[in-house]
Amino acid sequence: MTGYIIRRVLLLGLTLLVTSALVFALTQIVPGDVARLILGRDASAEQIATFKAQFGLDVSPPQQYINWLGRFMVGDWGRSFTGGNLPVRPLVLERLGNSMRLALMTLLLSVPLAVFLGMIAALRENTWIDGVISIGSLAVVGLPEFVTALLLINGLALGVRELGLPSTSMVPNNTLEDWVRQLILPALTATFVLLGYIARLTRAGVLEELKKPYVRMATLKGLPRRTVIIKHVLRNALLPTITVIAISFGWLIGGLVVIETVFNYPGLGSLLVEAVKQKNLFLMQAIVMLVVTIYALANLAADLLYGVLNPRIRLG
Amino acid sequence: MTPQPILEAEHLCIDYRLGSQWINAIRDVSLTIGAGEIHGLVGESGSGKSTLALALMRYLAPNARVSQGDIRLDGASLLSKSRSEMEQIWGRDLCLVPQDPLAALNPAYTVGEQIAEVTRQHQGLSKSEAWAGAVAMLQKVRISDANAVAQKYPHQLSGGMQQRVVIAMALNTRPRLLILDEPTTALDVTTQAVILDLFRELLQEHQAAALYVSHDLGVIREMCQRLTVLYCGEVMASAPVAGVYQRPIHPYTIGLLASIPRVEIGASDTRLPTIPGTAPSLSQRGQGCVFAPRCPVVLDRCLTEKPELETISHERMVKCHRWGEIDAGTLQVEYKDFTAEGQKSRGTEKIFSGKEAKQEAAQGTPEYVLKAQQMSKSFGGRSLLKRLLMQRSSRVQAVKDVSVSVRRYSTLGLVGESGSGKTTLARCIVGLETADDGRMTLLDAALPPALADRPAALKREIQMVFQNPSDTLNPYQTVGQMLRRTLERLTSTKVTEQRISELLDAVRLSSDYVNRFPNELSGGEKQRVALARAFAASPALVVADEPTSALDVSVQAVILNLLKDLRAREGASYLFISHDLRAVSYLADWLIVMYQGEIMEEGTTEHVYSIPSHPYTEALISAIPSTDPLGKTKHIRLMAEPNQNAGQRGCPFAGRCPRQIGRICEDEIPPWREAGDDHRIRCHIPLDELTRLQTNGTPVQADMDKAVSA
Repeated sequence: MTGYIIRRVLLLGLTLLVTSALVFALTQIVPGDVARLILGRDASAEQIATFKAQFGLDVSPPQQYINWLGRFMVGDWGRSFTGGNLPVRPLVLERLGNSMRLALMTLLLSVPLAVFLGMIAALRENTWIDGVISIGSLAVVGLPEFVTALLLINGLALGVRELGLPSTSMVPNNTLEDWVRQLILPALTATFVLLGYIARLTRAGVLEELKKPYVRMATLKGLPRRTVIIKHVLRNALLPTITVIAISFGWLIGGLVVIETVFNYPGLGSLLVEAVKQKNLFLMQAIVMLVVTIYALANLAADLLYGVLNPRIRLG
Repeated sequence: MTPQPILEAEHLCIDYRLGSQWINAIRDVSLTIGAGEIHGLVGESGSGKSTLALALMRYLAPNARVSQGDIRLDGASLLSKSRSEMEQIWGRDLCLVPQDPLAALNPAYTVGEQIAEVTRQHQGLSKSEAWAGAVAMLQKVRISDANAVAQKYPHQLSGGMQQRVVIAMALNTRPRLLILDEPTTALDVTTQAVILDLFRELLQEHQAAALYVSHDLGVIREMCQRLTVLYCGEVMASAPVAGVYQRPIHPYTIGLLASIPRVEIGASDTRLPTIPGTAPSLSQRGQGCVFAPRCPVVLDRCLTEKPELETISHERMVKCHRWGEIDAGTLQVEYKDFTAEGQKSRGTEKIFSGKEAKQEAAQGTPEYVLKAQQMSKSFGGRSLLKRLLMQRSSRVQAVKDVSVSVRRYSTLGLVGESGSGKTTLARCIVGLETADDGRMTLLDAALPPALADRPAALKREIQMVFQNPSDTLNPYQTVGQMLRRTLERLTSTKVTEQRISELLDAVRLSSDYVNRFPNELSGGEKQRVALARAFAASPALVVADEPTSALDVSVQAVILNLLKDLRAREGASYLFISHDLRAVSYLADWLIVMYQGEIMEEGTTEHVYSIPSHPYTEALISAIPSTDPLGKTKHIRLMAEPNQNAGQRGCPFAGRCPRQIGRICEDEIPPWREAGDDHRIRCHIPLDELTRLQTNGTPVQADMDKAVSA
């Protein structure tokens, strides 16, 4: 098992190497000079040369990449081209923290709700309850995120002022209550995106398991319906859901650009978009490395958990 | 009979909803099971036997209802009980032993947990008490290392062990009645024999009554005191077992019993009697007797007037207008082979082209169609996943240095339990697997082990028929499209409509089957289409891997007869693989008995089935449940499970062999002993000694016969 984990982590290292080379190559291909982009049209040749020297852009592109890689490995992630040339690392890590909080909040809201709805829909297959859940969850997935976000803002933050929910987020003082208050609306928006997907998957999984002879056997052992469903059916039906949750986690960390923008929430996604716009190379690299790592680790965790929960894989 | 029966079903009718209609599936079934009785329920697929068995537990599909009648357990009606009251009864008084134990066990929990769950629920035991009870139950079903087995997950156990687990689960609460739904169908004969013994003992010990559902009349005869024959959802006959097998009265029962091949037949020219036609679907039943369309002694009256289930003598009931004549012996119910009649009417016309030349040339051609020498194949090793997980290599030698040859126009039978390597060997010959080692020749031409290396002409000469016809026919192609495509791929001649209907005709299907899709065919018809496809290009060798195992006995008889006809007319040779020694003996001229990838015995079918034979062959034959009322069956039981590590040095059968003579069996490879006529046995015991041992029989025999007839 340890061997397996070590191999997966080594594989992650390789993935990171390839990804960083790709990102670097892309910044080289895209037309436009970084220095001119940042310093503006009127910058003099001298200013540009100074800028390039300052950030090590005055050597050949492969050399630039190797230099960056060497520094990145020892923890020097470089400085931002803009915004007072701050070091990239603290900036990115702070944003990562924010994104993590939002992602966790979203999962806490969406997974139990989606599993519950999916299970109910399956148990009431082809009744009106199933119909409402299936169509309802599909409808909210279909809505663009900014629409759901605006609906939520208008409905909950502005509509019911007693709730005291802010319509835009600012990173708050550090009380838990404050955090929850700040996170609830963006997390709800993301929940709506995930809800339909996980609920449908759960519904399909439960329906498939219900057909299996072991469910009939469990019933004919005289177990109460509740035990049959929760202990026997859900245990097996939720296995595929784990993988989906892991993939969703990666998306929640790096992909919530729209939601972060609407709520003005300082997450990693919006920072990445900003960095790309400015061809802010070191910032971009750092964010991409983080997001890829989190994606891979979440998938590794899912695979391990899958193995633990599924004895057929664990014990061959 | 006891005054108070345990289970009674009275005029039970069960309907299914199909669209907006209710279809009457089970019609007016009455059934009584007394204390300590094992009641057999026989029927072919589609007869409704499983539906009925589960309905007797008051377990119905969501689209089914009981429209009439009553079910009583110990005198109390089950139909009036609520769901939660049924939950009290299920698993405590009424228990199910399911058909496929692996599917019936939850893959995510240990088997111990799944057994313990029952007593936790019904007897309110604590977790540890229930676990201890589960281990004790596993010991009771003769699992020696019960503690270890309880902690295993279902997929880690062999089929026989899984079946023991579900038996332990069912008997954990001392139930009043067990419903056994084809509990041994998925097992090898040897394992089945051991499990059946276990059932008998435990049912007697627990004084439980049982309903034993099966399509295997041999098993029913060994297990039950009474049996009920179900056809199309109706009871055809119900009687004590002894009487039915000695003197069946209902024409359907007579037909079923007649269509079972007997080991004694041998590979002569006999043909199996078959029941013509197929069972009507439940929605198409006429107003007369449901069996009338297939009955050889049908009268006009049978088609219009439904017979009553009449009590004809002590405990014996029959639903037939003509039972009186049959019972008195004035009317003989005889089934001919209806497939043979068809053949006669078609005359001697040649159906397959190009074959005659082949047959004429036969004089000059080799004696053997196929020679495969020193074949070896192993599986496993370290897969990528295993390597990633750093697990150790698990190499399994499936076929070990095996040589077989198939004579022209004859059938080589390959028998053995699952895991004996018989299917692997066949797949190596066909080219679906590439043998690691060995030389093969087909009609004296070298046959490369890898399919890709074989020239098209050689590929055409070997065709395969698989066990499950449903899986081998493309569901989106009609029968005609499939045959056309096969002909186009394999032959260079132009494919005509006539050629396709000739092929269908050869397997006794009318030409309007051309436009049917596989889901419009019955199991037997699908297998016939598969046969037509295999014979499309007039192959020299047809490899049939358990071609009748998935079929009902009456359908099996049709396919076996067809295989015999096709061989005679086509000049083909067969490699016939089966675990069913009855089916093999009907078709094979030459038999090879395999165990753990090695040949234990070979010879003509007659030689292999008679004395002396290898102790393993002997055990296989004795494990077949016989339907012959006078049959004297010896009962040899192979207790242990096959051991992969056995035979590393000595005989692979050592450790399991009932006739093992000592250390020599484990330490030394047994010699081949020649019994004349190329009949060879690989055993340490000298042939005279084997003959003596096998002629005297075993002391177990007498007791077992008594138990059955009691």
